[in-house]
Amino acid sequence: MIEVRVHGRGGQGAVTSAELMALAAIDEGQYAQAFPSFGPERRGAPVVAFLRVSTSQIRIRSKVYDPDVVVVLDPTLLDIVDVAAGLKPKGLMVINTSKSFEQLRKDYGFKGRLAVVDATRIALEEMKVPITNTTMLGALIRAAGLTRLDSMDKPLAGRFGKIAERNKRAMQRAFDETQIKE
Amino acid sequence: MAVRKGMEVSIAVSEAVKLANADVISAYPITPQTHIVEHLSELVADGELKAAFVPVESEHSALSACVGAAAAGARAYTATSSQGLALMHEIMFIASGLRLPMVMTVVNRALSTPINIWNDLSDIMPERDTGWIQLFAINGQEAVDLTLQAFRIAEDPRVLLPVLVNLDGFILSHVIEPVEMPDQEQVDRFLPVFKPVMRLDPDQPVTYGAFGSPDVYTEVKKQLEEALVGSQKVVAEVWKEFRSIFGRNYKPIESYKTKGAETLLLTLGSISETAMSAVDALREKGRKVGLIHIRLWRPFPFKEFFQAIREAKVLAVVDRALTPGGIGGPVGLEVKSALFQKADRPYVAEFVAGLGGRDLTVELFSEMVEKAIGYARKGKEMRYEMIGVREK
Amino acid sequence: MAKIEALHPWKEVPLGCAILEAGNARKFKTGDWRSKIRPKTDYEKCIKCGLCWIFCPDMAYGHREDGYFDWNSDYCKGCGICARECPKEAIQMIAEEE
Repeated sequence: MIEVRVHGRGGQGAVTSAELMALAAIDEGQYAQAFPSFGPERRGAPVVAFLRVSTSQIRIRSKVYDPDVVVVLDPTLLDIVDVAAGLKPKGLMVINTSKSFEQLRKDYGFKGRLAVVDATRIALEEMKVPITNTTMLGALIRAAGLTRLDSMDKPLAGRFGKIAERNKRAMQRAFDETQIKE
Repeated sequence: MAVRKGMEVSIAVSEAVKLANADVISAYPITPQTHIVEHLSELVADGELKAAFVPVESEHSALSACVGAAAAGARAYTATSSQGLALMHEIMFIASGLRLPMVMTVVNRALSTPINIWNDLSDIMPERDTGWIQLFAINGQEAVDLTLQAFRIAEDPRVLLPVLVNLDGFILSHVIEPVEMPDQEQVDRFLPVFKPVMRLDPDQPVTYGAFGSPDVYTEVKKQLEEALVGSQKVVAEVWKEFRSIFGRNYKPIESYKTKGAETLLLTLGSISETAMSAVDALREKGRKVGLIHIRLWRPFPFKEFFQAIREAKVLAVVDRALTPGGIGGPVGLEVKSALFQKADRPYVAEFVAGLGGRDLTVELFSEMVEKAIGYARKGKEMRYEMIGVREK
Repeated sequence: MAKIEALHPWKEVPLGCAILEAGNARKFKTGDWRSKIRPKTDYEKCIKCGLCWIFCPDMAYGHREDGYFDWNSDYCKGCGICARECPKEAIQMIAEEE
């Protein structure tokens, strides 16, 4: 079982990204569980969503405390939230940032595997809005391989309807452009 | 064909109510039940469900509307949580006392004060005595299945009692997970059209909700009690038929790895799954531990309970509500009373945990098991222990 | 005092304590609440307006075929509202003989 924690700000779709990933995994015949860190949240407040993906039935309902993967949708969170808290020793961080690996390790002390992409730039170019949740799914799939990329087609169509295409493009670009370093 | 898909459990429950072809839905929104009734109102507005959606100004009215609808012979449904359920309280007794079938989903949420929107069982426990049949779901699939079963159980002419299905607020209601949604054909085979035994009909007038003087009150209550206790037999039949159509098995007390277990965790609701993971971890270390969870809370299945615990020396009961000033939590109270007359009974360690949505982890369950075993060994006399209280 | 007939054994209580016989409240002859005064109508003065029938809180007046209103001793509780409301003062409250 892989446990993922997604960090975002209220309104950026952190919960949606966890949900879309879960739907894709379930469509593939896997088991998945996606849920927000529940609570009343206003737009812009730091929020957290959780995702579990497994080939067998998932029997844990608590929050994710030691994730295998941490996803950061908004680079400004790096300065105010301890996004790496509980991350397993060989864990993976998938970060929306324009900083280099060296800069990230220097500024925040991140160890372990890093996957980075400038999702904000891609989202602005493909969708004209800096909402990076679907873009970052491309990075997550590329780095963690929880599902196939094309398994996202149906969930994206179901959630976004007419604007699914541009979300898919952004996701594909992030998939292609993500850089990974051990 | 039944379809397995990822769904938010609240939406899955609404879809189950749609499959059950409810006639009247009356509800008032309250977190975390909202998604269920919002989706139902959309289904009705879009014409996908032919029902009367009666918006009301409070939960008291919501349940009252269901009482009226059921009395008129309609298949009635509502859903609520926490304060909403508390507000329905006086009507709860009326619904069962009038012997009206209806179904309610209770999305379990802590009772105020302080105001808390997160999950525990303090909303449902005070409703034990209302004469309703009460079931607990531990995951999304069960939430769907129990909802369908609830209508069938309620409407059986030998039962004619309201049924409620509990599912944990947020932890179940707002999670997306795989659910196998049955198709309409299967549901229609399982759940026939509601045929009321008696109803309000101007051509054959009867009076519902009459006065009952001291000369008759006792007999009416006796009749209700016998119906509630007797309903367990019908529940078993319904579950048998459910299995034959849908392939999934349900029991009043569910056992997990209890064979050869000396210590059993006892839980209700979705924490049971997390507790099962703790049992797995402990079993891997060679510990003789198992779990039972209560699916049928009312009427309490004494026979099945004694059967499930027959090998156990220690019970670690996990309550998610308190009965303040009493012996501990409501489940512990039930268990201890049930065991009172048994000459040979296990040690009961009772824990009150996870109040107001405080997270229960696999580690905490393991900790409770270890504590229970330790207390049993010492023969410690205990009422209950509150887990995780900050003392400093 | 009216006698309650519903002393069913518990198995025979109607479902949910419902009352199955429409209008059986009629069997309660609440007239025995009356404490020995009763209305008496002077039909010479009566103009058949029906106000006694309308105002009676116990429906203890019946409408006769000839248009006059009959007092029903089974249900009259002797409240005197009919006497007070009659526009022709045709109704008197009198002591009731056995």
